[in-house]
Amino acid sequence: MLSVQSLSKAFGSKTAVDSVSFDISEARMVGIIGRSGAGKSTLLRMMNRMTDATSGAAIFEGENVTALKGAKKRAWQARCAMIFQQFNLVPRLDVVSNVLHGTLNRQPVLRTMFNLYPKADILRAIEILDRLGIAEHAAKRAEALSGGQQQRVAIARAVMQDPSIILADEPIASLDPMNAQLVMRDLRRIHEEDGRMVIANLHTLDTARRYCDRIIGMRDGRVVFDGAPDELTTRAAREIYGADESFSESATSTEIEALVEREIPERPTQAVSA
Amino acid sequence: MSDFAAPRANSIEEGYLELMRKKRLYGGLTLLIFVLLMVSGFLLADSRNAGGFWDGLSHLLDFPSSVLSEASEKISLLPGIMWKVLPLLIETLNIAAVSTLVGGLAAVVLALLSTRGLAPWPWAIPFFRRCMDLMRAFPEIVIALVLIFILGGGPVPAMIAIAFHTSGALGKLFSEVAENADLKPVEGLSSVGASWMQRMWLGVLPQVMPNWMSYALLRFEINIRASAILGFVGSGGIGYELKIAMQWGQGRYDEVVAIFIVLFLTIVLVDQISSHLRQRLVKGS
Repeated sequence: MLSVQSLSKAFGSKTAVDSVSFDISEARMVGIIGRSGAGKSTLLRMMNRMTDATSGAAIFEGENVTALKGAKKRAWQARCAMIFQQFNLVPRLDVVSNVLHGTLNRQPVLRTMFNLYPKADILRAIEILDRLGIAEHAAKRAEALSGGQQQRVAIARAVMQDPSIILADEPIASLDPMNAQLVMRDLRRIHEEDGRMVIANLHTLDTARRYCDRIIGMRDGRVVFDGAPDELTTRAAREIYGADESFSESATSTEIEALVEREIPERPTQAVSA
Repeated sequence: MSDFAAPRANSIEEGYLELMRKKRLYGGLTLLIFVLLMVSGFLLADSRNAGGFWDGLSHLLDFPSSVLSEASEKISLLPGIMWKVLPLLIETLNIAAVSTLVGGLAAVVLALLSTRGLAPWPWAIPFFRRCMDLMRAFPEIVIALVLIFILGGGPVPAMIAIAFHTSGALGKLFSEVAENADLKPVEGLSSVGASWMQRMWLGVLPQVMPNWMSYALLRFEINIRASAILGFVGSGGIGYELKIAMQWGQGRYDEVVAIFIVLFLTIVLVDQISSHLRQRLVKGS
């Protein structure tokens, strides 16, 4: 389905992403972990084509998406939704308009300039908002919503695109633990119910363990781990984060349970704390 | 996609669609009123026009084309004329530069005195605002004519006239920029016991400087043009030469074109230098 083949990106003399390769053969939920500066964001931005790759390719269903140009590139971006850390909504427009932006690639320019979206699209936007539990905010300006609500509007915009892949770049890094949990659950639900591939950059190990089917660990632009969550040992985690013996998973946790009780029975692996 | 529309969503849908219909109706009406006003205004203006808009339209390009055709005949003379008017151009530039500097400094003071949240005497804000309104209300040319009458012709009346207008115009823009400045650094400075001057100089200026600079440089461009125009009423510079050339009419059009070319090149140069300066200010050298 998606095959990334020695994808690289250099900014001047600095290599941000260094020959990354992996295959995702079916619509899975994949977490990419690593400390900041590991090249996770650049990798996602290259897949969405907001950043051009220096070398290598990303092949989706037989098509090299890193080589697309012009209208074809924009059509790919419509199929490959992106969710950002800072939500990247238009703050002064209402929530439904922001969700309707998900259809921009297939609307005539004049129609979008005067906010004349088809009724069917408006109804679908509200339906998606309702599915995410924020339909009552439909007519409010996006800036009037809390961070967690804004991120769910961003997810609604992504779903509105009806994408094949949803890329999420640190979707919960600016949210409190409660909202972080809601947003991750929504992403998981969209993956399970709609069968869409989700690739999420995540700061913390436990979030990746809890919600993802597969984890890719990056360090200094390279893939240093690729496997199922229960294959990720303490040793592998230390390798990813470049940490020493004092590193423990619960110390980096943002989960509410991890703070209240340091023992979580359904965790696949608990041998992480040192 | 799975269908999740709950009955609760129906009222929300209705509400939003209603809102949408209203917005579109108002938008359409506004557009209609705008078009009607434009058309009726044009018809009125046209009926009061002495010559008639449509008859004159075909002659619109007559003057520029006669100027250009004469200039192209004497194109070899242009560089010589441009060299000859260079000292006058420098005088015009000097008037513009001094008046921008003096007016800009006055604008800084006026702006800080009339910005909510920064002004040392908040009750005096309306007073300083009205002062700036007054300074903007008088056209430069009126002030210059009065000053020439009192002080006699020359670059000084032009400089004062332009500086007066500049401080009013820039003061308003500076104050609007300063209004959006982050007050947290200012609060930080007042927590260490800084005076008003210190808070403004060290807390506000670093934030607003890039925007102030670009407004001031834009004003400098406008002032070059203004000081050229003031030459028409006898305050020296390149404007006086332009006026004489235009009044002579046929036979001196090569001079008109030469003066316009040097003015255009000057504006281009100022624009290049100002964008370079601004880059350095925003990004650090």
